[in-house]
This record gives sequence, structure tokens and C-alpha cells, in this order.
Amino acid sequence: MSGATQTGRAFVYGDGIDTDVLAPGHAMKLGPDGLARHCLEAIDPEFASNVRPGDLVFAGADFGIGSSREQAAISLKKLGVAAVFARSFARIFYRNAINIGLPALIFPHDGAVSAGDRISLDLAAGRVTNITTGKAYPVSPMPEHLRNMIEAGGLMESLKARFGAREAVS
Amino acid sequence: MRIVVTDARSEEIRTVPKPATLAQKILARAAGQSHVTPGDIVTVRVDLAMAHDSSGPRRWQARLEALGTGLWDPSRVVIVSDHYVPAVDAESAAILKTTRDFARDYGVKHFYDMRGICHVILPEHGHLRPGLFIAGGDSHTTNAGAFGCYAAGFGATDMTAIAATGETWTTVPHTIRVNIEGKPGGCVTSKDMMLALCRELGMGNHFKAIEFGGAAVRAMDMEARTVLANMTAELGGEVGLVEPDETTLAHIRAHGGTADDTDITRWRSDHDAPYERVLTLDAAALAPQVAAPHSPANSADVTVHAGVAIDQAYIGACVGAKLSDLHMAAAVLRGRSVADGVRLLVAPASAKVTDAAARDGTLAILTGAGAVMLPSGCGACAGLGAGLLAEGEVCLSSTNRNFKGRMGHKDAEVWLGSPFTVAASAVTGKITDPRSLLAERSRAA
Ligand code: SF4
Repeated sequence: MSGATQTGRAFVYGDGIDTDVLAPGHAMKLGPDGLARHCLEAIDPEFASNVRPGDLVFAGADFGIGSSREQAAISLKKLGVAAVFARSFARIFYRNAINIGLPALIFPHDGAVSAGDRISLDLAAGRVTNITTGKAYPVSPMPEHLRNMIEAGGLMESLKARFGAREAVS
Repeated sequence: MRIVVTDARSEEIRTVPKPATLAQKILARAAGQSHVTPGDIVTVRVDLAMAHDSSGPRRWQARLEALGTGLWDPSRVVIVSDHYVPAVDAESAAILKTTRDFARDYGVKHFYDMRGICHVILPEHGHLRPGLFIAGGDSHTTNAGAFGCYAAGFGATDMTAIAATGETWTTVPHTIRVNIEGKPGGCVTSKDMMLALCRELGMGNHFKAIEFGGAAVRAMDMEARTVLANMTAELGGEVGLVEPDETTLAHIRAHGGTADDTDITRWRSDHDAPYERVLTLDAAALAPQVAAPHSPANSADVTVHAGVAIDQAYIGACVGAKLSDLHMAAAVLRGRSVADGVRLLVAPASAKVTDAAARDGTLAILTGAGAVMLPSGCGACAGLGAGLLAEGEVCLSSTNRNFKGRMGHKDAEVWLGSPFTVAASAVTGKITDPRSLLAERSRAA
């Protein structure tokens, strides 16, 4: 995913999107695909049916607060979300997102993006462009070792390489 | 940012050349360095890895098999079945079976099957010692920080990597020191202090270490201190730490753990430690707190919300159903009854808690007042077990978080309070200042 510029629509939410909203407890027994259908339903019942691969999620402060459930990040990735932007991230969510290869980027520009705007993201150059408004925003690069992990396809892929595992590791 | 990667591990006491916080000292030891600086990314050896039935084996097994590594050290792994217990349907039964089979097949000696909630199990069974680096597959792993452990929560992929390699990376955190001073008034608990801190400090202290000290903390027993460390997760912190003292060591030794007197001098912040912030909470001025839906930071004095009608009162969770919590509830409920139209559900945090509460008469007081006893486990707290809420219902709960949809229907309301406040509200059917009920009692006595 590095290098390529990708374009998608923005889904915009507020502060404090927690892991119960991203991966509701009542649906946790379902498999990853079933659980993903409930992603964000408490605040946006249409999210799972509207989002398309390559779309981007923008939010305010404290994205991913709450439990350690990795399904919060996996659900977004399953639905095709290409990256999550927020003013700040909860620590475990941030680690989980990087570990599964979902870029999580600090984006402090309140009001720069509205729901439905077309956005392009150039991860390598660290640039977000709001095609709808014509404005571009720099995003600060992630620390190098985290970029490497995303580029390797996530933590399991890095481990697979380290241990020489032949089978696919999901 | 300096990257320090090392496989070295050193158990000997090192002299720390520069002033350091407790968090820095533990990470330095775990990373095999003499000193680490906030902002450094270090690779650390894990002393103890903990996971439960939801976060552990069912999410590790296939990946460990694919990697072909097995567990790096089964003796350093603790597995606790607490989230889906007891099974309520075929899916939860299968999850529990996977957990049991994994523990057997991978030689996990420290496997606790339906013995209680993981964070309560660790200190109850002597697993904690000051200075350990603990990685847990649960956000409230911070709980163990009350014993001077660097205990942080990790997601399933991080935990799989830890299970396979015994190591992980972390950023050395900045430390915020919170001094809690003064003698708290009646019915004011460490839970009230944390609800007030969620409001004052906010929930965005991501990646920070929060260190609790001061006279009020020194005066607390270990169960009360774990509430501070546990709810550091609500503050957004990486770890919540209390420097060990005589109380810590006595508790560890009484529960079959190992500790050395020198742990007290070794595992404390230097007097000139580089704190990012130091703040003081005056416990003497604090009233019992309740947090309104849907955030622990929505807290206020109980008097502000007194009178809100409730359908359910819940005493449960790692943070709110330890023996001392049941004692608080019993102090209010003795000789009283739960109000008509309200249900009081009590899920003791562990089998040992249930047993102790049965022996000392606490359970009889609770059930005599009309409480319904539930299994020890996460249950309603995690939205997985018995005790969930219907649309529009209101619950006052001794748990630690009240996010939308967590305890059942997304349009249910969960309020948070101490066991005193939950029990008092169960008696009246509405959110009630527990001081009024206990004052009545002392006037009557
Ligand atoms: S009781 Fe609640 S907060 Fe504690 S570990 Fe279980 S689900 Fe988490």
C-alpha cells in the first residue's frame, strides 16, 4: 500500500469512538465478517452497508478507547477502510491497527473534512488531499519501525518472515 | 527517537545513573538497559503473559500453529476463563473448550477455569511481584500496577507475538504523578477518586504512565489500590503504578507470592524523577461520585444526580466485586431490602471472594436484602453474560466503564458508582447518596 495514492470517500465521526461502538459486545461471538456488519452501528446504523473499499474514516480525539479487542480495528479493515485519521488514538487500538496493517494517522484539522468528501491519501509522501475542497494537508509520518511493520503486512507477516513459516498466517 | 533493541536480560540489581520514574526503572530492567528515556522505543522481555478466554487461545492457536513456535515459556503464561463463563450457548461453550484444550496441549500450568476474573486472579494466586513486566490480553491489565508491576494491555496480535517470542516493543512513557492526599470521608472510595480523575484528567492520557501516591494511597489496602491501577485504563494510560510498601509485600506473602524487602527501595521513583506533571487530589474534599452515561468522565457528585430512577443495580467486575466491595454493599444492605421494581445483581469477582463472603456472613446479608447472585466472571460487564439491559433501562453499576451498548441494548443507560452508592440506590430505587443511609443507621444505633 505504500507509494500508491488511494482515493475514497470520507466518513466523519466525533470524539471518543470506543471499541464497543466499533465491535459491539453483543456481536462478538460472530465471526469477523458478521461482527464487521455491526461496526459503528450505535452511532451510524448505515455505516457497514455504505462503506466501500478504499474509504477513509475521520474522527476526533480518543479514537478506539475502551477494551483491547482487536476486532475493533479488524472490523474497519474487513469493511475495506483504507486508513483511520483521528486527533488522537487510544494506545491499544493504535497498536492493534498497525499490527493488522491498518494505517492510523494523527489528523488534527477539525472541520477540514466533511462526510462524503472525496479524499486522496499518499501515505509515502505523508499527504492527505480533500479533492472536494481542493485543500491538501500534511500528515506526520509514523515512526519508522511501525511503517516497516505496515509495509511487511502487519506483525504476523513480520513474525512469519522471522520464523520462516511457510503457511499463510491470518 | 532512539531505538534500543536488545535480547539481553539481566536479573541483577543495576545502579540507575540518572533520576528515573518507577515506569522507567522497570522498563530499563526488562530491556536490559541501565537507563531508558521517555520516548525511546525499547524491546522488552515479558516476565508474565496473561490472557483470558476471549482474547487468548481462541485467537492464538491457529497463528501459533502456523508459526510453528508453540509458547515461548508455558510457565510464564497465565490463562483465565472469565469472559464467557459459564457457557450460555453452544458458541460460548466452544470458546471455553478451546481454552481448556489449549491449556492442556500447550502445558499451561497456571490455567484458571471459571475461578474468577483474570485481574483479580493474578494477585489472589501470588502471581505478582514488584518490578515485573506483565503483558495482558485485556485493557484492564493495568490492575496489576497496584503491586508495582509494569502491567499493560495488548491486543490479540501483539499477544500472539508475545506468546511466541516472550518479547514486545513499547515506547517508554512519560509519567504523570497523582498525589491523593487527605483522609476521605465516609463512603468515599478509591472508585470515587477514579471517577473524579476521569473527569479532571480526561480519558486521553494515551501512552502515559500514571503513578499514584500520597497519604490517602498509602492508607489504602491493596484491593482499594487496584481500583486506581485498574481504572488507569479509563484515563487512557499505558500503566497505572503504585510504589510498593509494607502493605504490598504483606499482601503478596499472604497470597503465596514471593517478594523481598528490598523490592520497596528498588521499585520506587527517584525523588527527582522526571515527571511530566504532578497533581494533587484532595480526598478529604471529595463526595461520592457517579458517572452518567456513556462515559466514566461524565462524573459528578452523587448529589447532582440523586433521584434518577433505576431498573437494575449491578455489583460486579474486576474493579467492583472484590471482597471489600461486597463488604461495602453489605454495610448498606444489612437489615434493608432492595426496592420493589428494582433488581440487584451481584457477581463476586472470584470463587475465593464468594467463598470468603459466604464464610463471613456477607452473602447472607446480600441475599437477605434480595440480591440475586450471579456467577463469578465478566458477565454483564462485558455484555456477554447474564444481567444485560433492555432498551431504555437504567442501571447503576460498580463496573469501570459505561460506554454505549456495553451492557446490553445500545439505548440502555449505564451509570457508574461505588458499591456503597450502588447498594444505597438499590434500596431506594433511585440514585442515592450512600452517606444518607449510613448516617441514618449510625443515628439509629
Ligand atoms: S470484569 Fe469487566 S472490566 Fe473487568 S476484565 Fe471483565 S469485562 Fe473487563
